[in-house]
Amino acid sequence: MTAEIGHFALILALLMATVQATLPLIGAHKGYESWMATARPAAVTQFGLVAISFGCLTQLYLTSDFSVLNVVQNSHTAKPLIYKIAGVWANHEGSLLLWVLILSLFGSAVAVFGSNLPPKLRARVLSVQAMIAVGFYLFMLLTSNPFERIFPAPINGQDLNPLLQDPGLAIHPPMLYLGYVGFSMAFSFAIAALIEGRVDAAWARWVRPWTLAAWCFLTGGITLGSWWAYYELGWGGWWFWDPVENASFMPWLAGTALLHSSTVVEKRDTLKGWTILLAIVAFSLSLLGTFLVRSGVLTSVHAFATDPARGVFILALLIIVIGGSLALFAWRAPALVSTGVFQPLSREGALLLNNLIMATATAAVLLGTLYPLLLDAVGGGKVSVGAPFFNAVFIPLMVPMIAAMAVGPMLSWKRADLKPALMRLKVAALAAGAIMIAAWALVTDGPVMGVVGIGLAGWLFAGTCVELADRLRLFKAPLADSLSRLRRTPRAAWGMTLGHLGLAITIAGMTGAGAWRTESIQAMKPSDTVTVAGYTFTFDGASGGKGPNYSITEGTFRVFKDGQPVVTLNPEKRIYMVSKRPTTEAAIHTTFFGDLYAVVGDQDPSGAYVTRLYFNPLVAWMWAGVIIMVTGGCLSLTDRRHRIGAPAKRSVQNAAAQAAGA
Amino acid sequence: MLNRLIYILPLGVFLVMAVYFAIGLTKDPKILPSALLHKPIPEFTLPPIEGGPGNGFSSADLRGKGVSVVNVFASWCVPCRVEHPQITRLAALKVATVYGLSYKDKPKNALKWLRELGDPYAAHGADLKGRVAIDFGVYGIPETFIIDNDGIIRYKYVGPITSARLEKEILPIIKKFSQ
Amino acid sequence: MRMGIIALALALGLTGMTTSSVLFLSTAPAWAVNPDEVLSDPVLEARAREISKGLRCLVCQNQSIDDSDADLAKDLRIIVRERLTAGDSDAQVIDFVVSRYGDYVLLKPPFKLATLVLWLGPAAIAGTGLIAVVMFFRRRRSGAAQTGAAQQPAAVTTTTTPLSDEENRRIEEILKDGTP
Repeated sequence: MTAEIGHFALILALLMATVQATLPLIGAHKGYESWMATARPAAVTQFGLVAISFGCLTQLYLTSDFSVLNVVQNSHTAKPLIYKIAGVWANHEGSLLLWVLILSLFGSAVAVFGSNLPPKLRARVLSVQAMIAVGFYLFMLLTSNPFERIFPAPINGQDLNPLLQDPGLAIHPPMLYLGYVGFSMAFSFAIAALIEGRVDAAWARWVRPWTLAAWCFLTGGITLGSWWAYYELGWGGWWFWDPVENASFMPWLAGTALLHSSTVVEKRDTLKGWTILLAIVAFSLSLLGTFLVRSGVLTSVHAFATDPARGVFILALLIIVIGGSLALFAWRAPALVSTGVFQPLSREGALLLNNLIMATATAAVLLGTLYPLLLDAVGGGKVSVGAPFFNAVFIPLMVPMIAAMAVGPMLSWKRADLKPALMRLKVAALAAGAIMIAAWALVTDGPVMGVVGIGLAGWLFAGTCVELADRLRLFKAPLADSLSRLRRTPRAAWGMTLGHLGLAITIAGMTGAGAWRTESIQAMKPSDTVTVAGYTFTFDGASGGKGPNYSITEGTFRVFKDGQPVVTLNPEKRIYMVSKRPTTEAAIHTTFFGDLYAVVGDQDPSGAYVTRLYFNPLVAWMWAGVIIMVTGGCLSLTDRRHRIGAPAKRSVQNAAAQAAGA
Repeated sequence: MLNRLIYILPLGVFLVMAVYFAIGLTKDPKILPSALLHKPIPEFTLPPIEGGPGNGFSSADLRGKGVSVVNVFASWCVPCRVEHPQITRLAALKVATVYGLSYKDKPKNALKWLRELGDPYAAHGADLKGRVAIDFGVYGIPETFIIDNDGIIRYKYVGPITSARLEKEILPIIKKFSQ
Repeated sequence: MRMGIIALALALGLTGMTTSSVLFLSTAPAWAVNPDEVLSDPVLEARAREISKGLRCLVCQNQSIDDSDADLAKDLRIIVRERLTAGDSDAQVIDFVVSRYGDYVLLKPPFKLATLVLWLGPAAIAGTGLIAVVMFFRRRRSGAAQTGAAQQPAAVTTTTTPLSDEENRRIEEILKDGTP
């Protein structure tokens, strides 16, 4: 019964979305207030229905109802509870249900919290949201129904892939989807603005919280995936330029560009067409990611079980949504009037440079990801585009951008002088130079990129601090004055500072983990000792054991540095009982300067165990830097000006006009 | 005018991409075309399966004796079992000499498999380390090669041969190079 | 202006240096190389690892033979080491594998006619973006020059007459209320 209720709720949600997609839009066009008013209740009801559907699917998993095909394919009675729940969205059909749950959640959030939006804009935004939802409901109901029954029902399920039975990976999809779907809000606002024919500072201010929230979630989601790969896959890698990773990274790049460009719209009333285009592109890339993962056109470790028939449907969805929105853009965007002017050398210019580089990076990653497909489609044979290509293209683009990031916030709006800004950054340049020399001295045989990377990170960090000090008039005005400026700093400014500082720390982490790692692979018998990066690992042998649904081989390492004991590491090798698949659980000890990372493998014929021991410098800095960036984003979200909103401002202008005219 | 054009550019780029996606849906990204197509076979000599009949075969056997077919198989390979009837059928038609390359298989298991399912091969070679297979560019068995009289590889198929594929592709190609 | 040029030159130089070192940058570290495969000569072993990192595992999804656990990957790793021990150069070893499996086995796509668009694409896109930005500024400047004086007041939102006291008071009231 539960499955049928879930299924029916989904059909009702489709009908509700259809109503929401049509009535408010026509109402806004013709000025029918009652029709526009249907948007808000429709959005909330739609969310309620999808929540019921999602709840039903979760219930089916919790009770291990194996008469439902989806549960059979992805669950097992022996699975721990948390993974029974995570199994709901760890498959194609269930993850789509999560998508529409979040989509309708955001829609109802606009309905409930969007009272300060002008009614016409709100109606149009909710209509566009509903149109996207209709596409997804149809996709699910026609090709990917999670509630399909199977007869006869098997005794037990096929279990979830052991790699996915992990806490990090359990919340990785929900966070990513919160990000992707969050960009759908920016998209809806952009389409509504195009329909209305107007983009102004008020619009930019309404869009910003949604874009920021989406960006925060997406950053978190991508990092969770990297973190999971780092500790789970057993070789300490954290980014592989896999097509599906790229599919999540491209919307992030576009979203970051959007955040910067909408600032210019808000403050300087220019770059409107470009910002609208970015909002459309960011969400389009999210949709494209959906297509790439589920259609089978690309090989990837991440891809869901593929089915070209589904691919056809998603492609049709893509053409309608993306093609339609870009056509609307081509038609209506030329009418958008920008009044702001600025010199190339100015803060707007710096933000434009950021956008130029981010857009090029996005396009380059897209080109590399799609190239095998493109070449094969024209019959040019098969090539593979792997990490070497992406590194060769992406890193050289990022270098000038990071260098410019320290300078940009120092420039004034409209027209700036570069020389004073650079003079003030002398301190930062010295700091960067000192760090580079220190790095070169400490890591004598590392690659050049290591020194360059850490130098850039230092430059950005110090430069951002210089900007903050400047803003607070630190050392130039009395301390009390600086402190009062500190208190009065708007949260959005903190957002920028923390965002840039966080990025600097993350880059330092990436440099360390990417360029300076040490590794040792050998076969060890008990009491064998190996030294890695100054740490001594003594192997104490391996023992067997059992987990809830897997068997364990656990190794023990005692680690010493300069004769002092540091930690005992217990890496595991697991074999899951149902699928017979092995996974490795590395043992990681995190210190400020790096991670000790130990993996125990199989036994060789002589009875010795294959062991892999690593020292990964600065890994924790990557995660810490991201947390700081996301904190900055969240802080920016709570900025006061997002809550005051535009109507007050418009009424001031109206009042001024009235007063002048009277 | 240029103004308008710039605004249409994103739509244009997307539509081109959509066409490629549509074409891409008809292709399988995992199938690799052979790098040795229309190139000569590698030089090799394979011993027979230990304890089995025959003297193995070598590259010399694949030249000047008409069209040959080399089928890479193993007892631990499930799709090989599925395609076996088609290989038997092909051998029975006597339009080409069918050789079996036993890939990384223990002799006992290979012989047992052949006894159980029937041995359609004119000769088999045991490639215990898989080196000869790598020289042929094998990456996922079963794989089947068609080699012409001059020792040039004219066709390769990765995956189990179905009856349809046998009739529509393999037999016509063998016929073509038999003339 | 001069500062701008110096800054640009520095940025380009840095980018150039970065590009050439990145092309030889080591990427994903190892996982599946077993101790029994490791060569005794460290120089040869280092070369073997570098080459392996650039070769795709054909039966995996997006891994190098250095990373992968698959049988075929192990065979190819051993072959790479055998050929290096036999005295082949790096290019010869890579050629050995490519002649059997095609360009697809290379994780870094070769620079040939088929991949021209791929390798030159990002630079072309950056160039196009730069041209678009330059055009954007040109248009703005010519637009501003044409309308000249008329344009300026519009960007500064003022009315031609200052507000009276009465009008100021009404504005204060409205601001305090926060309602239209």
